[in-house]
Amino acid sequence: MHQGQRGTEPATITNGYAQLAANVLARAKACGATEADIVVADGETFSVQVRVGTVDRLTKAREKRLGLRVFIGKRSATTSTSDFSQDSLERLIADTCTLARAVVEDDVSGLPDAAQMATDQPSLDLYDETVLDTETQIDWAKRGEAAAFAADPRITNSEGAEFDSSSGRVVLANSHGFVGSYKSSNFSLSVSPIATESTTGAMQRDAWYEVQRKFARLASAESIGQEAARRAVRRLGARKVATKRVPVVFDQEMAGSLLANLCGAISGYGLYKRASFLLDKLGQTIASDLMTVYDDGRMAGGLGSRPFDGEGLATRKNTIVERGVLQSYLLDTYSGRKLGLPSTGNASRSVGESPSVGPTNFYLVPGLKSAQEIIGSVKEGLYVTELIGFGINMVTGDYSRGASGFWIENGELAYPVEEITIAGNLKQMFKDIEVIGSDLVFRGRIASPTLKISELMVAGN
Amino acid sequence: MLEPVQLAKFGVTELEAQHALDRLNVRDVDYADLYFESRTSESVSMEEGIVKRAAKSVSQGVGVRATAGEKTGFAYSDELTKKDLEIAADTARYIANSPQGASPVPVPTQRRPTRDLYPIERAKAEVATADRVALLNAIDAEARRYDPRIKNVMASFNTEYKVVVVATSDGTLVGDIQPLSRLQITCIAEDGDNRQVGSFGGGGRVGFEYYLEGNRHLSYAREAAREAILNLSAVDAPAGVMPVVLAGGWPGILLHEAIGHGLEADFNRKKTSAFSSLIGKRVASDVCTIVDDGTLPFRRGSLNMDDEGTPTSCTTLIEKGILRRYITDKLNARLMGIPLTGNGRRENYQSVVLPRMTNTFMLAGESDPQDMIRSVKKGLYAVSFGGGQVDITNGKFVFSASEAYLIEDGQITKPVKGATLIGSGPEVLTKVSMVGHDLKLDNGIGTCGKDGQSVPVGVGLPTIKIDEITVGGTQR
Repeated sequence: MHQGQRGTEPATITNGYAQLAANVLARAKACGATEADIVVADGETFSVQVRVGTVDRLTKAREKRLGLRVFIGKRSATTSTSDFSQDSLERLIADTCTLARAVVEDDVSGLPDAAQMATDQPSLDLYDETVLDTETQIDWAKRGEAAAFAADPRITNSEGAEFDSSSGRVVLANSHGFVGSYKSSNFSLSVSPIATESTTGAMQRDAWYEVQRKFARLASAESIGQEAARRAVRRLGARKVATKRVPVVFDQEMAGSLLANLCGAISGYGLYKRASFLLDKLGQTIASDLMTVYDDGRMAGGLGSRPFDGEGLATRKNTIVERGVLQSYLLDTYSGRKLGLPSTGNASRSVGESPSVGPTNFYLVPGLKSAQEIIGSVKEGLYVTELIGFGINMVTGDYSRGASGFWIENGELAYPVEEITIAGNLKQMFKDIEVIGSDLVFRGRIASPTLKISELMVAGN
Repeated sequence: MLEPVQLAKFGVTELEAQHALDRLNVRDVDYADLYFESRTSESVSMEEGIVKRAAKSVSQGVGVRATAGEKTGFAYSDELTKKDLEIAADTARYIANSPQGASPVPVPTQRRPTRDLYPIERAKAEVATADRVALLNAIDAEARRYDPRIKNVMASFNTEYKVVVVATSDGTLVGDIQPLSRLQITCIAEDGDNRQVGSFGGGGRVGFEYYLEGNRHLSYAREAAREAILNLSAVDAPAGVMPVVLAGGWPGILLHEAIGHGLEADFNRKKTSAFSSLIGKRVASDVCTIVDDGTLPFRRGSLNMDDEGTPTSCTTLIEKGILRRYITDKLNARLMGIPLTGNGRRENYQSVVLPRMTNTFMLAGESDPQDMIRSVKKGLYAVSFGGGQVDITNGKFVFSASEAYLIEDGQITKPVKGATLIGSGPEVLTKVSMVGHDLKLDNGIGTCGKDGQSVPVGVGLPTIKIDEITVGGTQR
């Protein structure tokens, strides 16, 4: 394995982008912009996919992009380009100002107040200088997949194993004089084996993965491959069950999906458009009193961490739900102003778009019971390990999704189930959370322990 | 007929392209290509009665690929200099593991596209922002006029203008101009504490005037408002196995999820699809004939050529219930020894080619839709859907209704809340007992996701009756 310094002049480039940003902001001002902000992002990515022991696909690239938002009074527009040449940027600035003049005045539009801009930019441990050579990354993917094949003779095929590494930097600057920048990196391995039932030939696929900011923190390729195999094999022989109302236990990943639904429902944009099932609920009980949720933008090494948000406001740790009571929405400046509230530092910004709202590290505080104890407490019910489809109505909370997992009988996982749906309403589901597990692990920006909902409709035969 | 798109548009000479292909074409490399793309996307959107946002994005770059056996090496760059092409070529051929300079590639010859399915002048694609703003304003007024209970209207109009040139090691040099646009409307209806949502939209590879023809934009607005108002009186959906009648058009998403993905050649070459080795076998009832057709003029899923320069075609996937063909790109057609269908697609220069659907639909049958409703004692009539998803390997798929009604004793009765339908791809079409004479293609709103790549697609369906499928409601 080769380890070394990535890039010899990152500071110079960051300064270069800061200078570029300053120039663009000045030009925008000359074109009539009263306020503006600019995002410049660049990075490199590497990805290798191995399938049945050989390299299937290898991808490598560098990319860069610049996004500009201008305000002309209360009108605004956003543009982006990958072409940083002088000519292209001149055109972009002119186009942006023309677009802004074409839309309608919007009373609350504008940058955050100058006094709100982040004053500190902690490093947050988001960047790893490790440079992996191509062979090392291929080897990771090969070992992950090989471990899945070796784990069980019923693993007969594979959708492949993929190792990805990427690093990049973001520079954000605005006409208040704010300039912020940070670097981040990601390393990930995912393994997707296929298990076959020898008698029927029926196949099941599952996957396991891990993502880390730091290469050294990745679990071993072997452990990821073995877990993927265990998950695929345990699905063999899955059947449908009869339609009935039962308690449902969500594993960590699926509980995380419920938390993502909560995230969507308390996003400022859905709220002011009256397109959320949690309107006007601040200070009210929206969930079981077991439920406490935080959003922490400054967790060291966190996959959702960043020193400042998409508008340059300092990130922070917000209490979202405390013992079932909704304490905070997720807001940026615009949606906050629409609702008469300050931004919560949750502006998320993709380069070419105006800010929206997103979580940082959004998690449910763990309880005391292990997953096994939770399953053990169910006489008859469903342990759900996969959900598919988009059957969630964010306006009403109506929920109906395709599910697979295991049928629980007398506190034990009796057999795998598939081709069923679970249905209810999210408003009620959050209140019906009966037990929260102790097994919180951060595997993404949103994380939850195992949890149990007292009852949902399971539709099958 | 379209003028051929020249490489010069990208500031690259034919010689430079050939040089890069030569550099890629080392021993063991079966095929290599360069995909030059320039894309301009624009959007305007409105909410709360005002057009608040306008955005524009411009991107340009090249994707460089070499394949050797099953292996693909891929690199991309947003810089198009000779040096950048060389670096990308060296990265892409890494997978071939062999020294440079085996045999020179044939000199690519500029080819004209064989047809023009979407002859839209640039001038017509590029309308003034003020006209787009006026379009959205009219939509807002129309939806609110439909019913005073419509409390918010969110509408967006998006256009994309994409110019591509593909240069390949098999001697092809061909370009295309691919316009695309879409109008999408969502209405929120409120009646006391009851709030509901309704959506409608449409588009295709069409110019701006398409939306104004016969006030099409206003009819979209009324449809979105109608669905939201209808849902105010919706009752809880039933749960369990029952007969379902699917209306024509967009419910064709059933075909896309249940069988389309499972027939993409890559999954079948790898034998990871529930449809692997089912060619020539019965996978649907004999009233079902399903095609994937990329050649329909102005359709969202249509293309003059796919992203490898192969002209698109109409492929019969299922003929009277028997599985006939997979859809292919060059890599998978070559490795499987099956015909090239012109389905090699990619989201952009930053992504690799995969076999993807274009417009997937079932051909019309002979049944009367009214007879289907009358034949159901207790079941569901589903008219519109949100998204769907499939697990390719076990074949289980879902799709979620956004407008549906109970059928009771042969009559359509109450509207029901959205419910997810779940089934098994290789089985569901064997349960189709009636196919209507009323084939309808969708309005042009579909976007298909695979491997993190989104591409525009179309679907279509006549009214069909499925004798049994699981409906995921909440009521017994």
